[in-house]
Amino acid sequence: MRTLLTSKWTKVVVFLVCLMPLASLGWRALHNDLSANPIEFITHATGDWTLRFLLFTLAITPLRKILRLPDLIRFRRMLGLFAFFYACLHFTTYIWLDKFFDLAEMWKDVAKRRYITVGFTAFVLLIPLAITSTTGWIRRLGGRRWQQLHRAIYISAICGVIHYYWLVKSAVLRPLTYAVILALLLLWRIAAKYWPQPRPAAVDLPPKPQRAEA
Amino acid sequence: MLIRKAPDLTYADVTPKSLYLDRRRFLRGMGIAGAAALAGARLWNLASPRTQAFAATKFDGLIKSPFSTTEKQNSYNDVTHYNNFYEFGTDKSDPSKNAQKFQTAPWTVSVEGAVKKPRQFTLDEILKLAPLEERIYRHRCVEAWSIVVPWIGFPFSALAKTVEPTPKAKYVAFESYYDPKQMPWGKYAGIDFPYVEGLRLDEAMNPLALLCVGMYGESLPNQDGAPVRMVLSWKYGFKSAKSLVKIRFTEKQPPTTWNRMASNEYGFYANVNPKVDHPRWSQAKERRLGEFFKRETLMFNGYGEQVAGMYNGMDLRKNY
Repeated sequence: MRTLLTSKWTKVVVFLVCLMPLASLGWRALHNDLSANPIEFITHATGDWTLRFLLFTLAITPLRKILRLPDLIRFRRMLGLFAFFYACLHFTTYIWLDKFFDLAEMWKDVAKRRYITVGFTAFVLLIPLAITSTTGWIRRLGGRRWQQLHRAIYISAICGVIHYYWLVKSAVLRPLTYAVILALLLLWRIAAKYWPQPRPAAVDLPPKPQRAEA
Repeated sequence: MLIRKAPDLTYADVTPKSLYLDRRRFLRGMGIAGAAALAGARLWNLASPRTQAFAATKFDGLIKSPFSTTEKQNSYNDVTHYNNFYEFGTDKSDPSKNAQKFQTAPWTVSVEGAVKKPRQFTLDEILKLAPLEERIYRHRCVEAWSIVVPWIGFPFSALAKTVEPTPKAKYVAFESYYDPKQMPWGKYAGIDFPYVEGLRLDEAMNPLALLCVGMYGESLPNQDGAPVRMVLSWKYGFKSAKSLVKIRFTEKQPPTTWNRMASNEYGFYANVNPKVDHPRWSQAKERRLGEFFKRETLMFNGYGEQVAGMYNGMDLRKNY
Protein backbone atom coordinates (compact mmCIF):
# COMPACT_ATOMS: atom_id res chain seq x y z
CA MET A 1 0.00 0.00 0.00
CA ARG A 2 2.74 2.35 0.94
CA THR A 3 4.59 1.90 -2.35
CA LEU A 4 1.34 2.40 -4.20
CA LEU A 5 0.59 5.62 -2.34
CA THR A 6 4.06 7.03 -2.77
CA SER A 7 4.44 6.11 -6.42
CA LYS A 8 4.50 9.18 -8.60
CA TRP A 9 2.23 7.39 -11.05
CA THR A 10 -0.53 7.17 -8.48
CA LYS A 11 -0.52 10.92 -8.35
CA VAL A 12 -0.83 11.12 -12.09
CA VAL A 13 -3.73 8.69 -12.04
CA VAL A 14 -5.50 10.57 -9.24
CA PHE A 15 -4.99 13.81 -11.16
CA LEU A 16 -6.62 12.32 -14.25
CA VAL A 17 -9.47 10.85 -12.22
CA CYS A 18 -10.12 14.29 -10.71
CA LEU A 19 -10.54 15.62 -14.24
CA MET A 20 -13.23 13.07 -15.05
CA PRO A 21 -16.18 15.24 -13.99
CA LEU A 22 -14.97 17.92 -16.37
CA ALA A 23 -14.37 15.36 -19.10
CA SER A 24 -17.88 14.05 -18.55
CA LEU A 25 -19.30 17.55 -19.02
CA GLY A 26 -17.27 17.95 -22.18
CA TRP A 27 -18.44 14.60 -23.48
CA ARG A 28 -22.06 15.42 -22.75
CA ALA A 29 -21.68 18.83 -24.39
CA LEU A 30 -20.35 17.17 -27.55
CA HIS A 31 -23.25 14.72 -27.57
CA ASN A 32 -25.92 17.27 -26.82
CA ASP A 33 -26.64 15.55 -23.54
CA LEU A 34 -26.61 18.46 -21.10
CA SER A 35 -30.41 18.37 -20.64
CA ALA A 36 -32.81 20.95 -21.97
CA ASN A 37 -31.15 23.56 -19.78
CA PRO A 38 -27.40 23.10 -20.32
CA ILE A 39 -26.37 26.16 -18.34
CA GLU A 40 -28.23 24.98 -15.28
CA PHE A 41 -26.80 21.50 -15.76
CA ILE A 42 -23.23 22.85 -15.86
CA THR A 43 -23.89 25.09 -12.87
CA HIS A 44 -25.22 22.21 -10.80
CA ALA A 45 -22.52 19.75 -11.89
CA THR A 46 -19.62 22.10 -11.12
CA GLY A 47 -21.23 23.10 -7.81
CA ASP A 48 -21.74 19.48 -6.81
CA TRP A 49 -18.13 18.62 -7.63
CA THR A 50 -16.81 21.60 -5.70
CA LEU A 51 -18.59 20.34 -2.59
CA ARG A 52 -17.45 16.78 -3.20
CA PHE A 53 -13.81 17.78 -3.59
CA LEU A 54 -14.01 19.90 -0.45
CA LEU A 55 -15.26 16.84 1.40
CA PHE A 56 -12.57 14.62 -0.18
CA THR A 57 -9.94 17.13 0.96
CA LEU A 58 -11.35 17.22 4.46
CA ALA A 59 -11.49 13.43 4.56
CA ILE A 60 -7.73 13.05 4.08
CA THR A 61 -6.68 13.77 7.65
CA PRO A 62 -9.26 11.47 9.30
CA LEU A 63 -8.50 8.71 6.80
CA ARG A 64 -4.76 9.02 7.38
CA LYS A 65 -5.34 8.43 11.05
CA ILE A 66 -8.09 5.88 10.91
CA LEU A 67 -6.52 3.78 8.17
CA ARG A 68 -2.98 4.51 9.41
CA LEU A 69 -1.96 5.66 5.97
CA PRO A 70 0.00 8.87 6.56
CA ASP A 71 1.07 8.91 2.92
CA LEU A 72 -2.43 9.95 1.93
CA ILE A 73 -1.23 13.47 2.69
CA ARG A 74 0.39 13.48 -0.73
CA PHE A 75 -3.04 13.93 -2.29
CA ARG A 76 -4.49 16.58 -0.03
CA ARG A 77 -3.18 19.62 -1.84
CA MET A 78 -4.22 18.23 -5.20
CA LEU A 79 -7.75 17.51 -4.01
CA GLY A 80 -8.01 20.94 -2.40
CA LEU A 81 -6.85 22.60 -5.60
CA PHE A 82 -9.39 20.59 -7.57
CA ALA A 83 -12.09 21.85 -5.21
CA PHE A 84 -10.92 25.36 -6.06
CA PHE A 85 -10.77 24.46 -9.76
CA TYR A 86 -14.40 23.31 -9.81
CA ALA A 87 -15.40 26.28 -7.66
CA CYS A 88 -13.84 28.55 -10.30
CA LEU A 89 -15.78 26.79 -13.05
CA HIS A 90 -18.95 27.08 -10.97
CA PHE A 91 -18.39 30.78 -10.33
CA THR A 92 -17.46 31.41 -13.96
CA THR A 93 -20.67 29.74 -15.12
CA TYR A 94 -22.62 32.00 -12.81
CA ILE A 95 -20.90 35.27 -13.67
CA TRP A 96 -20.73 34.53 -17.38
CA LEU A 97 -23.73 32.45 -18.37
CA ASP A 98 -26.13 33.63 -15.70
CA LYS A 99 -25.14 37.25 -15.23
CA PHE A 100 -23.32 37.86 -18.53
CA PHE A 101 -20.56 39.75 -16.70
CA ASP A 102 -23.00 42.31 -15.36
CA LEU A 103 -20.99 43.06 -12.23
CA ALA A 104 -23.60 45.46 -10.85
CA GLU A 105 -26.19 42.71 -11.10
CA MET A 106 -23.78 40.30 -9.46
CA TRP A 107 -23.16 42.57 -6.47
CA LYS A 108 -26.89 43.09 -6.08
CA ASP A 109 -27.28 39.34 -6.04
CA VAL A 110 -24.46 38.84 -3.54
CA ALA A 111 -25.86 41.49 -1.21
CA LYS A 112 -29.52 40.57 -1.53
CA ARG A 113 -29.72 36.82 -1.80
CA ARG A 114 -28.38 34.99 1.16
CA TYR A 115 -27.68 31.74 -0.67
CA ILE A 116 -25.49 33.69 -3.08
CA THR A 117 -23.89 35.68 -0.24
CA VAL A 118 -22.89 32.49 1.48
CA GLY A 119 -21.82 30.75 -1.72
CA PHE A 120 -19.73 33.74 -2.72
CA THR A 121 -18.13 33.74 0.74
CA ALA A 122 -17.26 30.06 0.35
CA PHE A 123 -15.61 30.81 -2.98
CA VAL A 124 -13.68 33.88 -1.82
CA LEU A 125 -12.34 32.00 1.21
CA LEU A 126 -10.80 29.41 -1.09
CA ILE A 127 -8.78 31.98 -3.05
CA PRO A 128 -6.06 32.65 -0.40
CA LEU A 129 -5.85 28.94 0.27
CA ALA A 130 -5.24 28.19 -3.39
CA ILE A 131 -2.63 30.98 -3.62
CA THR A 132 -0.74 29.83 -0.53
CA SER A 133 -0.89 26.17 -1.44
CA THR A 134 2.65 26.16 -2.84
CA THR A 135 5.65 24.92 -0.90
CA GLY A 136 7.16 28.40 -1.16
CA TRP A 137 4.19 29.94 0.61
CA ILE A 138 4.21 27.27 3.30
CA ARG A 139 7.82 28.15 3.96
CA ARG A 140 7.18 31.88 3.92
CA LEU A 141 4.24 31.66 6.32
CA GLY A 142 5.68 28.98 8.55
CA GLY A 143 3.89 25.74 9.25
CA ARG A 144 1.76 26.92 12.13
CA ARG A 145 0.53 30.14 10.56
CA TRP A 146 -0.03 28.35 7.28
CA GLN A 147 -2.12 25.76 9.02
CA GLN A 148 -4.15 28.39 10.85
CA LEU A 149 -4.88 30.12 7.56
CA HIS A 150 -5.87 26.88 5.92
CA ARG A 151 -8.45 26.15 8.60
CA ALA A 152 -10.56 28.57 6.53
CA ILE A 153 -11.50 25.50 4.50
CA TYR A 154 -13.81 24.49 7.37
CA ILE A 155 -15.74 27.74 7.02
CA SER A 156 -15.70 27.52 3.25
CA ALA A 157 -17.11 23.99 3.30
CA ILE A 158 -19.80 24.94 5.83
CA CYS A 159 -20.76 27.95 3.70
CA GLY A 160 -20.81 25.75 0.61
CA VAL A 161 -23.22 23.28 2.15
CA ILE A 162 -25.47 26.07 3.46
CA HIS A 163 -25.38 27.60 -0.03
CA TYR A 164 -26.77 24.35 -1.42
CA TYR A 165 -29.30 23.92 1.37
CA TRP A 166 -30.65 27.43 0.93
CA LEU A 167 -31.08 27.24 -2.79
CA VAL A 168 -33.20 24.10 -3.09
CA LYS A 169 -36.95 24.53 -3.08
CA SER A 170 -37.85 21.58 -0.90
CA ALA A 171 -35.64 18.61 -1.80
CA VAL A 172 -33.24 18.94 1.12
CA LEU A 173 -32.14 15.31 1.04
CA ARG A 174 -28.99 15.90 -1.01
CA PRO A 175 -27.79 19.05 0.74
CA LEU A 176 -28.46 17.28 4.04
CA THR A 177 -26.34 14.34 2.91
CA TYR A 178 -23.43 16.72 2.31
CA ALA A 179 -24.14 18.36 5.66
CA VAL A 180 -24.02 15.05 7.52
CA ILE A 181 -20.73 14.00 5.90
CA LEU A 182 -19.21 17.41 6.60
CA ALA A 183 -20.43 17.29 10.20
CA LEU A 184 -18.82 13.87 10.68
CA LEU A 185 -15.51 15.09 9.24
CA LEU A 186 -15.50 18.16 11.49
CA LEU A 187 -16.68 16.29 14.58
CA TRP A 188 -13.86 13.81 14.10
CA ARG A 189 -11.42 16.71 14.30
CA ILE A 190 -12.97 18.02 17.51
CA ALA A 191 -12.94 14.54 18.98
CA ALA A 192 -9.32 14.03 17.94
CA LYS A 193 -8.39 17.29 19.59
CA TYR A 194 -10.17 16.85 22.91
CA TRP A 195 -9.91 13.12 23.32
CA PRO A 196 -6.49 12.36 21.96
CA GLN A 197 -5.69 8.73 21.60
CA PRO A 198 -3.07 7.35 24.00
CA ARG A 199 -0.41 7.10 21.36
CA PRO A 200 0.87 10.56 20.55
CA ALA A 201 1.46 9.58 16.92
CA ALA A 202 -2.28 9.45 16.39
CA VAL A 203 -2.80 13.07 17.32
CA ASP A 204 -3.52 15.34 14.40
CA LEU A 205 -0.12 16.92 14.00
CA PRO A 206 0.26 19.97 11.83
CA PRO A 207 1.66 18.87 8.50
CA LYS A 208 5.34 19.63 8.36
CA PRO A 209 6.10 21.99 5.55
CA GLN A 210 9.08 20.02 4.33
CA ARG A 211 6.86 16.97 3.85
CA ALA A 212 4.69 18.70 1.37
CA GLU A 213 5.40 17.72 -2.17
CA ALA A 214 6.66 20.20 -4.66
CA MET B 1 -9.89 30.59 -44.69
CA LEU B 2 -12.08 28.56 -46.95
CA ILE B 3 -15.32 30.24 -47.74
CA ARG B 4 -17.93 27.75 -48.74
CA LYS B 5 -20.66 28.49 -51.18
CA ALA B 6 -24.21 28.22 -49.99
CA PRO B 7 -25.73 24.75 -50.58
CA ASP B 8 -26.62 24.43 -54.23
CA LEU B 9 -30.22 25.33 -54.81
CA THR B 10 -31.05 25.54 -58.46
CA TYR B 11 -33.98 27.21 -60.12
CA ALA B 12 -35.63 23.79 -60.35
CA ASP B 13 -35.93 23.77 -56.58
CA VAL B 14 -38.16 26.81 -56.55
CA THR B 15 -41.76 25.99 -55.77
CA PRO B 16 -43.92 26.70 -58.84
CA LYS B 17 -46.01 29.79 -58.31
CA SER B 18 -49.28 28.00 -58.94
CA LEU B 19 -48.53 25.51 -56.21
CA TYR B 20 -47.43 28.27 -53.93
CA LEU B 21 -50.68 30.14 -54.42
CA ASP B 22 -52.68 26.95 -54.06
CA ARG B 23 -51.40 26.78 -50.55
CA ARG B 24 -54.18 29.07 -49.39
CA ARG B 25 -56.88 26.99 -50.96
CA PHE B 26 -55.28 23.91 -49.45
CA LEU B 27 -55.23 25.46 -46.02
CA ARG B 28 -58.84 26.57 -46.30
CA GLY B 29 -59.74 23.04 -47.28
CA MET B 30 -57.87 21.78 -44.29
CA GLY B 31 -59.90 24.06 -42.07
CA ILE B 32 -63.19 22.77 -43.41
CA ALA B 33 -62.03 19.19 -43.23
CA GLY B 34 -60.86 19.84 -39.72
CA ALA B 35 -64.21 21.18 -38.64
CA ALA B 36 -65.96 18.17 -40.18
CA ALA B 37 -63.56 15.81 -38.51
CA LEU B 38 -64.23 17.55 -35.26
CA ALA B 39 -67.87 16.65 -35.38
CA GLY B 40 -67.34 13.10 -36.50
CA ALA B 41 -64.19 11.10 -36.65
CA ARG B 42 -62.43 12.73 -33.75
CA LEU B 43 -65.16 12.04 -31.24
CA TRP B 44 -65.36 8.49 -32.49
CA ASN B 45 -61.64 8.08 -31.92
CA LEU B 46 -61.68 9.65 -28.56
CA ALA B 47 -64.73 7.86 -27.33
CA SER B 48 -63.10 4.48 -27.76
CA PRO B 49 -61.62 3.49 -24.43
CA ARG B 50 -57.89 3.72 -23.97
CA THR B 51 -56.58 0.26 -23.50
CA GLN B 52 -52.98 0.99 -22.72
CA ALA B 53 -51.57 3.33 -20.19
CA PHE B 54 -48.74 4.66 -22.30
CA ALA B 55 -50.05 4.54 -25.83
CA ALA B 56 -50.35 8.13 -26.90
CA THR B 57 -53.68 8.96 -28.52
CA LYS B 58 -53.38 11.23 -31.53
CA PHE B 59 -55.81 14.10 -31.64
CA ASP B 60 -56.94 15.27 -35.07
CA GLY B 61 -58.92 18.27 -36.15
CA LEU B 62 -57.86 20.45 -33.31
CA ILE B 63 -59.24 23.97 -33.33
CA LYS B 64 -56.60 26.68 -33.62
CA SER B 65 -56.86 29.18 -30.81
CA PRO B 66 -56.51 32.94 -31.08
CA PHE B 67 -54.68 32.77 -27.75
CA SER B 68 -51.82 30.82 -29.34
CA THR B 69 -48.45 32.48 -29.62
CA THR B 70 -46.46 32.33 -32.84
CA GLU B 71 -43.20 32.05 -30.91
CA LYS B 72 -40.94 29.13 -31.62
CA GLN B 73 -42.14 26.02 -29.80
CA ASN B 74 -39.80 24.01 -27.65
CA SER B 75 -39.05 20.52 -28.82
CA TYR B 76 -41.18 17.64 -27.57
CA ASN B 77 -38.01 16.11 -26.20
CA ASP B 78 -37.19 19.17 -24.09
CA VAL B 79 -40.69 19.48 -22.71
CA THR B 80 -40.92 15.79 -21.84
CA HIS B 81 -37.44 15.45 -20.33
CA TYR B 82 -37.13 18.63 -18.31
CA ASN B 83 -39.91 19.39 -15.89
CA ASN B 84 -40.99 19.29 -12.29
CA PHE B 85 -43.37 16.58 -11.10
CA TYR B 86 -42.13 16.01 -7.56
CA GLU B 87 -44.22 12.87 -7.07
CA PHE B 88 -41.79 11.25 -9.52
CA GLY B 89 -38.58 12.79 -8.15
CA THR B 90 -37.14 16.25 -7.67
CA ASP B 91 -34.62 16.31 -10.52
CA LYS B 92 -36.03 17.72 -13.69
CA SER B 93 -34.96 14.60 -15.53
CA ASP B 94 -36.64 12.30 -12.99
CA PRO B 95 -40.28 12.44 -14.18
CA SER B 96 -39.36 11.22 -17.66
CA LYS B 97 -37.62 8.19 -16.14
CA ASN B 98 -39.90 7.43 -13.21
CA ALA B 99 -43.35 8.07 -14.65
CA GLN B 100 -43.06 5.47 -17.42
CA LYS B 101 -45.24 2.92 -15.63
CA PHE B 102 -47.72 5.36 -14.17
CA GLN B 103 -51.22 3.86 -14.62
CA THR B 104 -53.54 6.47 -16.05
CA ALA B 105 -56.35 4.22 -17.27
CA PRO B 106 -59.01 3.90 -16.06
CA TRP B 107 -59.17 7.44 -14.76
CA THR B 108 -61.90 9.42 -13.08
CA VAL B 109 -62.09 12.99 -11.89
CA SER B 110 -64.47 13.82 -9.10
CA VAL B 111 -66.06 17.26 -9.37
CA GLU B 112 -67.75 18.28 -6.16
CA GLY B 113 -68.37 20.99 -3.58
CA ALA B 114 -70.53 24.04 -4.17
CA VAL B 115 -72.12 22.76 -7.37
CA LYS B 116 -75.66 21.74 -8.30
CA LYS B 117 -74.59 18.63 -10.16
CA PRO B 118 -71.56 17.03 -8.52
CA ARG B 119 -70.34 14.02 -10.42
CA GLN B 120 -67.47 11.81 -11.44
CA PHE B 121 -66.15 12.13 -14.95
CA THR B 122 -64.30 9.40 -16.73
CA LEU B 123 -61.54 10.62 -18.98
CA ASP B 124 -63.63 9.83 -22.03
CA GLU B 125 -66.48 11.91 -20.67
CA ILE B 126 -64.09 14.80 -20.13
CA LEU B 127 -62.83 14.53 -23.68
CA LYS B 128 -66.40 14.91 -24.92
CA LEU B 129 -67.23 18.00 -22.89
CA ALA B 130 -66.02 20.49 -25.46
CA PRO B 131 -64.21 20.62 -28.80
CA LEU B 132 -60.47 20.25 -28.33
CA GLU B 133 -58.29 23.22 -29.11
CA GLU B 134 -54.59 23.54 -29.61
CA ARG B 135 -53.21 26.37 -27.52
CA ILE B 136 -49.60 27.32 -27.94
CA TYR B 137 -48.78 28.99 -24.65
CA ARG B 138 -45.71 30.41 -23.02
CA HIS B 139 -45.17 28.53 -19.78
CA ARG B 140 -43.03 30.18 -17.10
CA CYS B 141 -41.62 28.26 -14.14
CA VAL B 142 -41.09 30.00 -10.82
CA GLU B 143 -37.48 28.81 -11.15
CA ALA B 144 -36.97 31.37 -13.94
CA TRP B 145 -37.00 29.10 -16.97
CA SER B 146 -39.69 29.00 -19.60
CA ILE B 147 -40.97 26.96 -22.52
CA VAL B 148 -43.46 27.30 -25.37
CA VAL B 149 -45.79 24.33 -25.60
CA PRO B 150 -48.67 23.43 -27.93
CA TRP B 151 -51.13 22.19 -25.32
CA ILE B 152 -54.43 20.52 -26.16
CA GLY B 153 -57.59 21.00 -24.17
CA PHE B 154 -60.56 23.27 -23.71
CA PRO B 155 -61.47 26.11 -21.35
CA PHE B 156 -61.98 24.90 -17.78
CA SER B 157 -65.23 26.88 -17.80
CA ALA B 158 -66.76 24.23 -20.09
CA LEU B 159 -66.39 21.65 -17.34
CA ALA B 160 -67.53 24.09 -14.66
CA LYS B 161 -70.72 24.87 -16.57
CA THR B 162 -71.77 21.23 -16.72
CA VAL B 163 -71.70 20.93 -12.92
CA GLU B 164 -73.34 24.33 -12.36
CA PRO B 165 -71.48 26.07 -9.52
CA THR B 166 -73.79 27.54 -6.89
CA PRO B 167 -73.50 31.16 -5.71
CA LYS B 168 -71.48 29.85 -2.78
CA ALA B 169 -68.65 28.82 -5.08
CA LYS B 170 -65.91 31.44 -4.81
CA TYR B 171 -62.84 29.30 -5.38
CA VAL B 172 -61.85 26.11 -7.13
CA ALA B 173 -59.54 23.59 -5.46
CA PHE B 174 -57.57 21.09 -7.53
CA GLU B 175 -56.09 17.87 -6.25
CA SER B 176 -53.54 15.71 -8.03
CA TYR B 177 -53.34 11.96 -7.91
CA TYR B 178 -51.04 10.52 -5.29
CA ASP B 179 -50.22 6.90 -4.73
CA PRO B 180 -47.05 6.26 -2.70
CA LYS B 181 -46.78 2.85 -4.35
CA GLN B 182 -46.65 4.27 -7.85
CA MET B 183 -44.82 7.38 -6.70
CA PRO B 184 -42.31 6.26 -4.05
CA TRP B 185 -40.07 9.24 -4.92
CA GLY B 186 -42.66 11.54 -3.36
CA LYS B 187 -41.40 10.59 0.09
CA TYR B 188 -38.16 12.48 -0.53
CA ALA B 189 -39.65 15.53 -2.20
CA GLY B 190 -39.96 17.58 0.97
CA ILE B 191 -43.56 18.59 0.24
CA ASP B 192 -46.82 17.01 1.34
CA PHE B 193 -48.90 15.06 -1.11
CA PRO B 194 -51.42 14.89 -2.62
CA TYR B 195 -50.50 18.06 -4.42
CA VAL B 196 -53.21 20.67 -4.06
CA GLU B 197 -53.74 23.91 -5.92
CA GLY B 198 -56.43 26.50 -6.20
CA LEU B 199 -57.84 29.45 -8.12
CA ARG B 200 -60.36 32.13 -7.52
CA LEU B 201 -63.55 31.25 -9.42
CA ASP B 202 -63.15 34.13 -11.89
CA GLU B 203 -59.60 33.00 -12.63
CA ALA B 204 -60.76 29.46 -13.24
CA MET B 205 -63.51 30.73 -15.55
CA ASN B 206 -61.12 32.94 -17.51
CA PRO B 207 -60.98 31.77 -21.13
CA LEU B 208 -57.21 31.28 -20.82
CA ALA B 209 -57.56 28.69 -18.04
CA LEU B 210 -57.13 25.45 -19.90
CA LEU B 211 -58.22 21.99 -18.86
CA CYS B 212 -55.47 20.17 -20.67
CA VAL B 213 -55.52 16.61 -22.01
CA GLY B 214 -52.65 16.63 -24.47
CA MET B 215 -49.73 18.32 -26.15
CA TYR B 216 -47.95 18.19 -29.50
CA GLY B 217 -51.02 16.64 -31.12
CA GLU B 218 -51.17 13.72 -28.69
CA SER B 219 -52.50 12.77 -25.28
CA LEU B 220 -50.36 13.98 -22.37
CA PRO B 221 -47.27 11.90 -21.63
CA ASN B 222 -47.26 10.52 -18.08
CA GLN B 223 -44.47 12.80 -16.91
CA ASP B 224 -46.29 15.94 -17.99
CA GLY B 225 -49.39 15.31 -15.92
CA ALA B 226 -51.36 12.64 -17.78
CA PRO B 227 -54.16 12.19 -18.35
CA VAL B 228 -55.67 15.56 -17.46
CA ARG B 229 -54.19 18.69 -15.89
CA MET B 230 -54.60 22.43 -15.68
CA VAL B 231 -52.56 24.91 -17.73
CA LEU B 232 -52.57 28.50 -16.52
CA SER B 233 -50.34 30.45 -18.86
CA TRP B 234 -50.25 33.69 -16.84
CA LYS B 235 -49.19 32.01 -13.60
CA TYR B 236 -46.03 30.26 -12.52
CA GLY B 237 -45.97 26.63 -13.58
CA PHE B 238 -46.61 25.19 -10.13
CA LYS B 239 -50.18 26.57 -10.22
CA SER B 240 -51.01 24.20 -13.08
CA ALA B 241 -51.76 21.03 -11.14
CA LYS B 242 -51.08 17.77 -12.94
CA SER B 243 -52.88 14.40 -13.07
CA LEU B 244 -56.10 15.76 -11.59
CA VAL B 245 -58.40 13.49 -9.59
CA LYS B 246 -60.48 15.99 -7.71
CA ILE B 247 -61.90 19.41 -8.47
CA ARG B 248 -63.79 21.07 -5.65
CA PHE B 249 -65.72 24.34 -5.76
CA THR B 250 -65.38 26.05 -2.40
CA GLU B 251 -66.49 29.09 -0.51
CA LYS B 252 -63.14 29.69 1.15
CA GLN B 253 -59.70 30.03 -0.39
CA PRO B 254 -58.29 26.51 -0.54
CA PRO B 255 -54.82 25.63 0.72
CA THR B 256 -52.14 25.23 -1.95
CA THR B 257 -49.09 22.98 -1.67
CA TRP B 258 -46.18 25.38 -2.17
CA ASN B 259 -47.87 28.13 -0.23
CA ARG B 260 -48.30 25.75 2.69
CA MET B 261 -44.65 24.76 2.40
CA ALA B 262 -43.22 28.31 2.29
CA SER B 263 -45.83 31.06 2.30
CA ASN B 264 -43.25 33.85 2.06
CA GLU B 265 -41.98 32.38 -1.22
CA TYR B 266 -45.09 31.11 -2.97
CA GLY B 267 -48.33 33.03 -2.83
CA PHE B 268 -51.84 31.88 -3.62
CA TYR B 269 -51.98 33.91 -6.83
CA ALA B 270 -48.47 33.26 -8.18
CA ASN B 271 -49.06 35.42 -11.23
CA VAL B 272 -45.96 35.82 -13.35
CA ASN B 273 -44.59 39.18 -12.27
CA PRO B 274 -41.10 40.42 -13.17
CA LYS B 275 -41.34 43.16 -10.54
CA VAL B 276 -41.90 40.91 -7.56
CA ASP B 277 -38.88 38.74 -6.90
CA HIS B 278 -38.99 35.36 -5.32
CA PRO B 279 -37.21 35.97 -1.99
CA ARG B 280 -34.28 33.88 -3.15
CA TRP B 281 -33.99 34.84 -6.80
CA SER B 282 -34.98 37.51 -9.28
CA GLN B 283 -38.03 37.05 -11.48
CA ALA B 284 -37.07 39.89 -13.84
CA LYS B 285 -35.59 37.57 -16.43
CA GLU B 286 -36.00 34.01 -17.53
CA ARG B 287 -34.14 31.46 -19.58
CA ARG B 288 -36.21 30.13 -22.43
CA LEU B 289 -35.05 26.58 -22.89
CA GLY B 290 -32.91 26.41 -25.99
CA GLU B 291 -31.80 30.02 -25.76
CA PHE B 292 -28.41 31.19 -24.61
CA PHE B 293 -29.24 34.66 -23.36
CA LYS B 294 -31.89 35.31 -20.78
CA ARG B 295 -34.96 37.21 -21.85
CA GLU B 296 -37.06 39.73 -19.98
CA THR B 297 -40.02 38.23 -18.17
CA LEU B 298 -43.34 39.79 -19.16
CA MET B 299 -46.03 40.87 -16.72
CA PHE B 300 -48.62 38.09 -16.49
CA ASN B 301 -46.27 36.20 -18.81
CA GLY B 302 -47.52 38.42 -21.63
CA TYR B 303 -51.20 37.60 -21.08
CA GLY B 304 -52.12 40.88 -19.37
CA GLU B 305 -54.71 41.73 -21.99
CA GLN B 306 -56.75 38.69 -21.00
CA VAL B 307 -56.14 38.58 -17.26
CA ALA B 308 -54.96 41.93 -15.84
CA GLY B 309 -58.56 43.09 -15.29
CA MET B 310 -59.12 40.37 -12.72
CA TYR B 311 -56.54 41.93 -10.44
CA ASN B 312 -57.56 45.58 -10.67
CA GLY B 313 -57.06 47.36 -7.39
CA MET B 314 -55.08 44.50 -5.88
CA ASP B 315 -51.61 45.06 -4.47
CA LEU B 316 -49.67 42.47 -6.42
CA ARG B 317 -46.69 42.85 -4.10
CA LYS B 318 -48.79 41.55 -1.26
CA ASN B 319 -50.84 39.15 -3.33
CA TYR B 320 -47.86 37.54 -5.04
